[in-house]
Amino acid sequence: MGGGVAGGLSARFGIDANLIRFAFILVAIGAGTGVAAYVVAWLVIPREGSSTSIGRRALADRRTVGLALAFIVGLGAILLVLGSIGLSFTASLVWPLSIAGGGLVLVWRGADDEERANLSELMGRAPLIGSPDRRTLRSTVARVVVGGILVIVGLGELVATRHPSLGVLFRTLVAANVVIVGFLIVFGPWWLRLARDLAVERRERLRNEERANMAATVHDSVLQTLALIQRASGDPGEVTRLARAQERELRAWLFEGRSPGSFNRDVSTVSQAVTVIEGDVEASHRVAVDSVTVGDCELTTELRALLAAGREATVNAAKWSGAASVSLFVEVEPAQVSVFVRDRGQGFDPDAVGDDRKGIAESIRARMTRHGGSVVIRSAPGQGTEVELVMPRTGAGRGRD
Amino acid sequence: MDVTRNTGEDRPAKVRVFLVDDHHLFLSGVRAELGDAVEVVGDADEVAAAIELIGERLPDVVLVDVHMPDGGGRAVIEAVGRTHPEIRFLALSVSDAAEDVIGVIRAGARGYVTKTISGAELTAAVGRVADGDAVFSPRLAGFVLDAFAADPGAAGGAVPSFDPELDQLTPREREVLRLIARGYAYKEVGRELSISVKTVESHVSAVLRKLQLSSRHQLTRWASERRLL
Repeated sequence: MGGGVAGGLSARFGIDANLIRFAFILVAIGAGTGVAAYVVAWLVIPREGSSTSIGRRALADRRTVGLALAFIVGLGAILLVLGSIGLSFTASLVWPLSIAGGGLVLVWRGADDEERANLSELMGRAPLIGSPDRRTLRSTVARVVVGGILVIVGLGELVATRHPSLGVLFRTLVAANVVIVGFLIVFGPWWLRLARDLAVERRERLRNEERANMAATVHDSVLQTLALIQRASGDPGEVTRLARAQERELRAWLFEGRSPGSFNRDVSTVSQAVTVIEGDVEASHRVAVDSVTVGDCELTTELRALLAAGREATVNAAKWSGAASVSLFVEVEPAQVSVFVRDRGQGFDPDAVGDDRKGIAESIRARMTRHGGSVVIRSAPGQGTEVELVMPRTGAGRGRD
Repeated sequence: MDVTRNTGEDRPAKVRVFLVDDHHLFLSGVRAELGDAVEVVGDADEVAAAIELIGERLPDVVLVDVHMPDGGGRAVIEAVGRTHPEIRFLALSVSDAAEDVIGVIRAGARGYVTKTISGAELTAAVGRVADGDAVFSPRLAGFVLDAFAADPGAAGGAVPSFDPELDQLTPREREVLRLIARGYAYKEVGRELSISVKTVESHVSAVLRKLQLSSRHQLTRWASERRLL
């Protein structure tokens, strides 16, 4: 409500802050003592994170105490005088209001800078105290005048009901309603704005949480990797491997929303499978894999076989070619999916490879032909190698492309 | 190796290069990698300063970072392109996002390379751009193939094309792009297709032109959807 007393109490006792606020308001309406209680609590309970209460700081300054006492006496006197000249309802409010007023003086004097800034902002929001800018000046004035008149009329009615007359009940009801409407007109916009500010605050808090999350993630992945890179600075291959792995992880996080560390191996499309191949081969063979995927579709049994063969070819290139990078190109077309694995390494003579070297023959060729695909290997010593794998698409595999 | 350009004079001059990047570390890195092969006539680390300095120094090629505050590389390319259409741009980025790549090419860049490119490759790319050719990385070639898919109708409703000349790739262009995407250098592409490097370059330039001028609106849509994959 202002001093954060309700929030503080709720944090201390584990009761909902709104309940406590509601209790304060009830008591305030009842006799005015709630206001006093609120202010006293504000003074006595230290703010979260600060060791001394506002009251203690305020009391340490003799002038503040004098000012507060003077305020209490002055306000009390005014209210007593008002009561004696006929506004009898003020009598019951004398002490609570005086104490509350004095307490507010103490609060103001004892508040630290941050609290004071909050307070003045709070005050500035009240239409009666703040300085409205030019555009809304007229509407504010009109609102205050109308609302003020309604409140005065209503109060007058309330006072009048103390004398015996006819239709007491009816007049009381009218009076009460008029008072409420008056208050709504005066303070309604302020309350609305408070509510809006609360919403803004909540958004702000969410954004901050997001930022904290981001900082934590960047720390866990990027900064760790940078530390590893510094330690591995003598080993260019390891540096490249670390940097590429981190780059891939970061991209997956930024553009695909996958959180670092939880690399999703549950692949269902061609492009995801290609990303996995790229990552795995780079991680285990210290070779850069530059993958390009054109089009995409759901994986079928045939396409899984195709990509398994493509993976084998990529691993072969990484292992045997001696090249620093391998190009992996996958194109999804309506009728077929092709995979090209190319390196600029030492190459070999395909015809010279004996039957005993089963790696390519078994893993790649057999896998492909079993599913109706084809393999072309182009290589020559010193010319690098390119493996071309083509798999026709069956009806089930035709998705978007 | 010096990268030169044909000036029509007896002795060809070194290519004059201007660098725009808001990462100082990267600026000095690129400077060192380009070395003496080109003449670096200046650099800038923000959009406004870059536009002004480029107008003063009139370089042949501007190497521009895609991601910068105040509009990034696109803002520089568009502003300079209006006043000095003869200045050529090569975009450099750490990002491979289709949206960025297509965006910067459509703004007028003659090529796009990622920042992981080696010094020698970068120097070659600068020379190529200085000669008025286009520089396509494998990934850019892949993007173009994807965006100009052979059968656009398959992906939800055929869109009437206003200019078939610009909105479709020829089979030959498709072949060239495919080879580039497979990791072939221009020279290797030429050997594979039995055409000269010059012909390869003219095919790539034609594709670049289509990429820049095509009104085909799938291009933009495709690029922004690509992010969501």
